[in-house]
Amino acid sequence: MVEWQFTLLLLSNGLLIGLMYSLIALGFVLVYKATDAINFAQGEFVMIAGFVVAVALGAYGAPLWLAVPLGLAAMVAFGFGLERVMLRRLIGRPIIAVVMATIGLAAILRGVGPLTWGAETKPLVLPISDEPFILGPLFVPPIQLLGASVSIVFLGVFGWFFLKSRKGIAMRAIADSQQVAMAMGINVERYFALAWAMTGVVSALGGVIWGSMLGVDVHLSLVGFKVFPVVILGGLDSIPGAILGGLIVGVVENVAAGYVDPYVGGGTKDFAPYVLMILALMIRPYGIFGKRIIERV
Amino acid sequence: MIHRECGVLKTTYEADMALYPLPIARWTVAALAVLFFLVLPFSVHEYYLSIVNLIAIAVVGALGLNILVGSTGQISIGHGAFMSVGAYTAANFAVRLGAPFWLALPLGGAMAALVGAVVGIPSLRIKGLYLAIATLAGQLIIEWTINHVTWISGGVQASIEMPRPAFLGVEIASQRGMYFFLMFFVVLAVVGTLNLLRSRIGRAFIAIRDHDIAAEIIGINIFRYKLLAFAISSFYAGVTGVLYTYYLGIANYEQFQITVSIDYLAMIIIGGLGSVLGAIFGAIFVTLLPIVIRYAMEALGGLVFSQASVLNIIPNLRLILFGTLIVFFLVVEPEGLNRLWRNIRNYFRVWPFAY
Repeated sequence: MVEWQFTLLLLSNGLLIGLMYSLIALGFVLVYKATDAINFAQGEFVMIAGFVVAVALGAYGAPLWLAVPLGLAAMVAFGFGLERVMLRRLIGRPIIAVVMATIGLAAILRGVGPLTWGAETKPLVLPISDEPFILGPLFVPPIQLLGASVSIVFLGVFGWFFLKSRKGIAMRAIADSQQVAMAMGINVERYFALAWAMTGVVSALGGVIWGSMLGVDVHLSLVGFKVFPVVILGGLDSIPGAILGGLIVGVVENVAAGYVDPYVGGGTKDFAPYVLMILALMIRPYGIFGKRIIERV
Repeated sequence: MIHRECGVLKTTYEADMALYPLPIARWTVAALAVLFFLVLPFSVHEYYLSIVNLIAIAVVGALGLNILVGSTGQISIGHGAFMSVGAYTAANFAVRLGAPFWLALPLGGAMAALVGAVVGIPSLRIKGLYLAIATLAGQLIIEWTINHVTWISGGVQASIEMPRPAFLGVEIASQRGMYFFLMFFVVLAVVGTLNLLRSRIGRAFIAIRDHDIAAEIIGINIFRYKLLAFAISSFYAGVTGVLYTYYLGIANYEQFQITVSIDYLAMIIIGGLGSVLGAIFGAIFVTLLPIVIRYAMEALGGLVFSQASVLNIIPNLRLILFGTLIVFFLVVEPEGLNRLWRNIRNYFRVWPFAY
């Protein structure tokens, strides 16, 4: 293959994969934006959603139009319940408490998933073909195209939601100052629950798409590790940031894997985004679009 | 410990901060020493001693992490990696240069301290969540480096066989010998931490945790002390890694993955942040938890589930219980087991009187 074609292929794959990372990062950003809570269990959310849909499709033979909404409903209920049982009690506590609580939650979910539905990898088959589209030098797998388009649709929906809708404006007010928002008559706790439910929606779709690409087992939750470079690069509280961060991470890891892997024997894909993230933390910790509210002491 | 404080009047700050708060505490410590050095090692079966040894290793690591997280208020999700740095440094020195343990162990600790301080540099500019993510990156990058640089990891399996430690020319091979070997370092770590926390450095750490800006205003050099906290804490982690390699007889990066970092964080949260006793409680609890679960499931699980599913249940049940405990203690009792212990102690302090 000609050199520039190889580069172009890496770039296009990176962009598509990157948009799929954005989809998962979007869930993280939504929660952080509205509630200031950090979700270290984002990858596990995706895994649980993947399990629900895969089991509904596989073991119970449900049709796709039923399984996916079922996954959505399960994750929304899960988001609501979680806020109620756990996160509401951690409001106002030091940040390390929330971080550790979600790490604990991640451990619980990693145990619950395989315990309930079995440890073996389950296929999650979507009715789309595996044959890649061939556009000149590019190969585009349909599943990546689907993932990328879902990401773009959600960017639009949430962008509209936060800019125009009444609920979105209320959420931005809460993010700005919880006290003032309360004084203006906004029911802060209800909006927190809504934010977690919205994360559930995003995670459910992430679970369907990533699950159909990788298969559903406990390793699906490792996708969550890609969230941190994405959100740090883009800015923790920025939706466009999640998209741009995802694109950057996708391209960087693909290009790095394509050119560096032959020399070091693999694994660059998981390594390169974190190096990039460390650089970003040193130069611009609030990210490309993030609010500059970092305290430096 | 449970003591009656009757008739003790402290008139100076020195007396209040003394290592033995009451005269009788000396006797308690002496009794504990007899228990742990004379009674326990010679009355208990080797298998149980091997579990005690695991706890001993965990105590050293938990004490170290607690200095950073509990006392200084910084967070680190990279302690597993710091342990691997210590482990591989010591293993390389021991195998390539034939270094004895009293040389390999501090060298491992020092290397981990250096790496820990480097990873801790972002803590000067960023706090809380960002620091958590930066140390997570440190963990993953160190893991990758050790796994991919064969000069460090010594070949295909990324593992190095560790020679047994030798004391005065005698190889420490039995679990009992290992017990005394480890206990020496546990005592060193406990006394070291107790003294560190009541020194100028320890007070500076606590001031930074309680309010960093105020600490800076009263003249604490935050830059120095935060890095120092990372270095000391990573030194403990490095030593833990070396002890664990001596215990296992092999240095392997798989023993120090991110789950280990989380295990240690769980120890200090379940035990109680910022207290020495809490770190010890947490280390005991978290080390025993999987062992107890395994025994319980092997004994009782067969009644309800098939043998194959019991094997599937054990690791998952461990994860679930483990996560539930972290969340439970964070939500309900943020001061951990140490707080429960204090409640019991305070109850008996004035018992049988109400006040």
